Amino acid sequence: MRMPSWLHIERRPAPPSWSVFAVSLGAIVLALLVAGLFFQAYGVSAFRAYGDILRGALGSRLGLTETVRRMIPLLLIGVGLTVAFRALFWNIGAEGQLLVGAVAGAGIALFSGLPDALLIPAMFLGGFCAGAVWGMGPAYLKAKLGINDVITTLMLNYVAIYIVEWLIHGPWKGPTMRGFAYTDRLPAAALLPAIAGTRIHWPTLAIGLAAAVILFFVVRRTRVGFEIRVVGENPDAARYSGISQVKITMLAMMVSGGLAGVAGVGEVAGIHYMLLSPTHISFGYGYTAIIVAWLARRNPLAVILTSFFFGVLMRGGDVIKVSLGLPFQLVNVFNGLILFFLIGSEILIRYRIRIGTAKEAA
Amino acid sequence: MTAKHGTPLAVELKGIVKRFPGVIANDGVNLAVGRGEIHCLLGENGAGKTTLMRILYGLYQPDEGAILLHGNAVQLHSPKAALAHRIGMVHQHFHLVPTLTVEENVILGLSEGTGPFLCWKNTRAKIARLAEEYGLQVDSTAKVWQLSVGQQQRVEILKALYRNADILILDEPTSVLTPQEVAGLFRTLRTLVHDGLTVIFITHKLDEVMDVSHRVTVLRKGKAVATVDTASTSKAELAQLMVGREVVFRVEKSEADVGDEILRVSDLHANNDRGLPALRGLSFGVRAGEILGVAGVSGNGQHELSEVLAGLRRATQGQAMLEAHNLTQSSARAIADLGVAHVPTERIRMGTVPSMTIRENLILKSYRSPPFCRWSILNEKETYENACRAMEEYTISAPSDRTAAKNLSGGNIQRLVLARELSGEPQLVIAAHPTYGLDVGATEQVREVLLAQRDRGAAILLISEDLDEILQLSDRILVMYEGQSMGIVPTEDAELKTLGLMMAGSRRQEEKS
Amino acid sequence: MSWESWIVSTLSRTLAYGTPLLLATLGEIYAERSGVLNLGVEGMMIVGALTGFAVTSGTGNPWLGILLAAVIAGGFSLIHAFASITLRANQVVSGLALTMLGLGLSGVVGRAYEGRPLLHALDEISIPWLEKIPVLGSGIFQDQSPLVYVAIALAVLLWVILFKTRIGISIRAVGEDPATADSMGINVARVRYLCVVVGGMLAGVAGAYLSVAYRPSWTDGMTAGMGWIVIALTIFAFWNPLLGLFGAYFFAALFHLSYRLQAWLPPELLKAMPYILAIVVLIVVSRGTLQKRMGAPSALTLPYTREEG
Repeated sequence: MRMPSWLHIERRPAPPSWSVFAVSLGAIVLALLVAGLFFQAYGVSAFRAYGDILRGALGSRLGLTETVRRMIPLLLIGVGLTVAFRALFWNIGAEGQLLVGAVAGAGIALFSGLPDALLIPAMFLGGFCAGAVWGMGPAYLKAKLGINDVITTLMLNYVAIYIVEWLIHGPWKGPTMRGFAYTDRLPAAALLPAIAGTRIHWPTLAIGLAAAVILFFVVRRTRVGFEIRVVGENPDAARYSGISQVKITMLAMMVSGGLAGVAGVGEVAGIHYMLLSPTHISFGYGYTAIIVAWLARRNPLAVILTSFFFGVLMRGGDVIKVSLGLPFQLVNVFNGLILFFLIGSEILIRYRIRIGTAKEAA
Repeated sequence: MTAKHGTPLAVELKGIVKRFPGVIANDGVNLAVGRGEIHCLLGENGAGKTTLMRILYGLYQPDEGAILLHGNAVQLHSPKAALAHRIGMVHQHFHLVPTLTVEENVILGLSEGTGPFLCWKNTRAKIARLAEEYGLQVDSTAKVWQLSVGQQQRVEILKALYRNADILILDEPTSVLTPQEVAGLFRTLRTLVHDGLTVIFITHKLDEVMDVSHRVTVLRKGKAVATVDTASTSKAELAQLMVGREVVFRVEKSEADVGDEILRVSDLHANNDRGLPALRGLSFGVRAGEILGVAGVSGNGQHELSEVLAGLRRATQGQAMLEAHNLTQSSARAIADLGVAHVPTERIRMGTVPSMTIRENLILKSYRSPPFCRWSILNEKETYENACRAMEEYTISAPSDRTAAKNLSGGNIQRLVLARELSGEPQLVIAAHPTYGLDVGATEQVREVLLAQRDRGAAILLISEDLDEILQLSDRILVMYEGQSMGIVPTEDAELKTLGLMMAGSRRQEEKS
Repeated sequence: MSWESWIVSTLSRTLAYGTPLLLATLGEIYAERSGVLNLGVEGMMIVGALTGFAVTSGTGNPWLGILLAAVIAGGFSLIHAFASITLRANQVVSGLALTMLGLGLSGVVGRAYEGRPLLHALDEISIPWLEKIPVLGSGIFQDQSPLVYVAIALAVLLWVILFKTRIGISIRAVGEDPATADSMGINVARVRYLCVVVGGMLAGVAGAYLSVAYRPSWTDGMTAGMGWIVIALTIFAFWNPLLGLFGAYFFAALFHLSYRLQAWLPPELLKAMPYILAIVVLIVVSRGTLQKRMGAPSALTLPYTREEG
């Protein structure tokens, strides 16, 4: 595009953090406004809709706890993604990592024969490892062979989906399930305890919160975190300092994939109590978490806030389904709009528009 | 001013000024090229040659000045406009799409006549005719990535000729060619001007200028210093013009207190990024407490030398012994641990992580060990104090040590790099173009820092294209040409004229290592 | 089931199921060849499916439905084009956002159409003489949607355009080396916009085919992840429309066979093959010269501006 000579778009050197916050907030507000217009066009009052969402998500004990329940996997995966994104690794495969984690968890619960006391820790560990492996494969391919991380992680999502499908229709099909495609209900000792009267499986939540705090510290203050940031920000400088890009990328993905795997265990052992169809285990948590991490600007602590926000949206989707008869897919409309406005607004952060004559060079 | 018998000049650039942030690339440059002439643009790296030609090709817009083609003033807003005015350019890094064939590249962007479908018959015939006429034979159905560099260059020239270019600009065309290919290229150029085309040729190689050009314009630090007829000048004169006559005041330098030899380079060979030999058996030594300046026009292997010594490039042959360690067998990290400091040419890309803070950049090499790191945790207090010390000692001016490196000026970035590299009292300092692009104040400071290190007893290898700088700072001067040493001269004995000739390829009579 | 009827039904189903794959893949090939990764295929396909169904229901004209599906999906993809090309936003994220938006909007707006039968679905045709060919004729030329043949013709046409015309050279140059294309006077942004929108339109047609011809109906999420297979298929086809033709039918065959061979092989294995194969292809192609011959366009996912100094 040829710009008129009086209009200059130039890179902004250092966006002050308040501007980043303000612009992000503005993007969300805009997105919700547009969604509101959409409601109106549909013949539904936007006020009523948003009112229902807020009331439904925050206005009652049930609502609040359901919001938190939705938040748990988003928190875990989101935190992991901030680490992956710091190493400039585009992990679109969190969905698959969650599923293999679920598989590992369910498998250990149903078939490992471990003593009861060890069952849950083993499940979390197994879920972490499964997710980690699922994530480290693409990391290796990228670091060693330069293969595009977006595609490999994306493809593995579907392989994971089919693994779950195969298991629930085949070898792991629960004999007690009367022909339905589920595994048996997990043994009692494998079920995650929940806060009384709610579906909040608090061990997973605790892991998520701990992970947010620990990883915040690790990325900022430890040697490894330093190396991850160098690799992500300037691979040349990393080479120059003798940092191994392969090792660091794989480490970052181990964490990211592992946390997603833990989220999978949480869903299976904390909510559904069995392994079931992939689309019921995860409602696109892996993809929504990308927005969660993006909005949090790769800050693990901020993920606590943003995952809560998206938890509200998801709970809101549940609520409107009943109160207004709008399908749950609405949540995707929110997600899509928010994401578009976020990335569209990035240009306001990265560049500024100046009107006038070119400055004399220094 | 006209060239021959009243025909207007093919190209006339009047008073071209082009500024970039921090530097004036072209400072009121005048260029006059007659039709049918091979005109060389001579100068060192950074003299403004490529910028000037990019303006002629429409890639850049001049801030001031006028362009006249065959006597008519023109505005060249884009390469498309330049092409429309029959100007063609062969860039240093070819503008070819590797996965397309030769003929596809030749017609890229052309929308001539015969509908959307391609009839290769005519195109191929035309390409073949041009190739035959000008000695540019190449297989037109081959994919470009399959061709040798010399053949690729032919394609670039064919591209321009296919579009009826009558002004052809070549940017350092011979740097990638074998001697035979160079001869072939020159034959082609002579045939072209015989047919009335005009050729402008950017180079820094004096031999070629004398060989093939009719006239030469010498650029130095953004200004056009002289324009001469080749027939009436000599290599020595050109060398002097290129390098400059003025000798700036000498910096206060104490007598060198020279110790043992710290670095001994023997028969070093290495290739450049294109796989062509850049170092061809270089040998020299550097002693503690001295500055060995490496002079030479850029592109003669200096960049590769600094990378090999810093562990960022593999040598293909030879050794570089730092006391008992062979640097060519060591990794970058190991070399840094041995006490070798490297101030890289590309200070931003290689030397810093732009989005990280000053504090973090300062520990980029030392973050692994105490006091900055204990049990894998970075010690905030130590890194903070280190940053404070460094900022004071090297007068890095910034709002705080938490400022991101990308917000620093060039001078401050260099101070940052120096602070980091020199903090460990290194025994060998490799400084590559340390004052490139810096303002006067920063330049002075950097030079003082280097002298201080030398007085401390470090061995310093100073690579620079600024001959003044080399003369001011070095105790001895090594001149590099085409990857080899042309000789080492003690600074007090050095004469500008001799150095110029050595930089142009004449070996010094007495070999002193 | 006899040998022959087995072959006939396999061929027939493969062609039918492969058609939307092929159409959408052709579009994505063009987008990626120009350097833009469009992960929004799933979103555009489902938007096309809904549009096709809704318009056909409303007007009784399936061809109109398909046409409008192309237009709407193409318009949709403009959002992604604008974000990626003009705003130079991250293409991965933009594409994902497009998919989410597409799935969401179609799910909500499509509520009203769920469960309704489509009275004016696209009729199948048979090609007069060719259908008489024993076995093959019945499989390929009998009782197929006309879009099957349109898709095949498009594949050939798009191949010719990409490799044998001036426009094709420009597209490929823009995707490999936009700086060079720019310096030769090609408008990089314009070429990219064009390719992305064409990709969107083809995805829209693919979606409409599903709702108007293949299984005349509308259900939320009826594309069932086909858009992601398209991403895999684009790679598997080495960004070549003709290879895309074979690849689409190959993947469709795998899908069909996964049901047929259920007794012997877990169907999930065959269904997962496209994704596994895409990764294998990427690994194979990552080595040196193979990368140049058949690899991804070098500038894929990289936004372009002409840098001034």
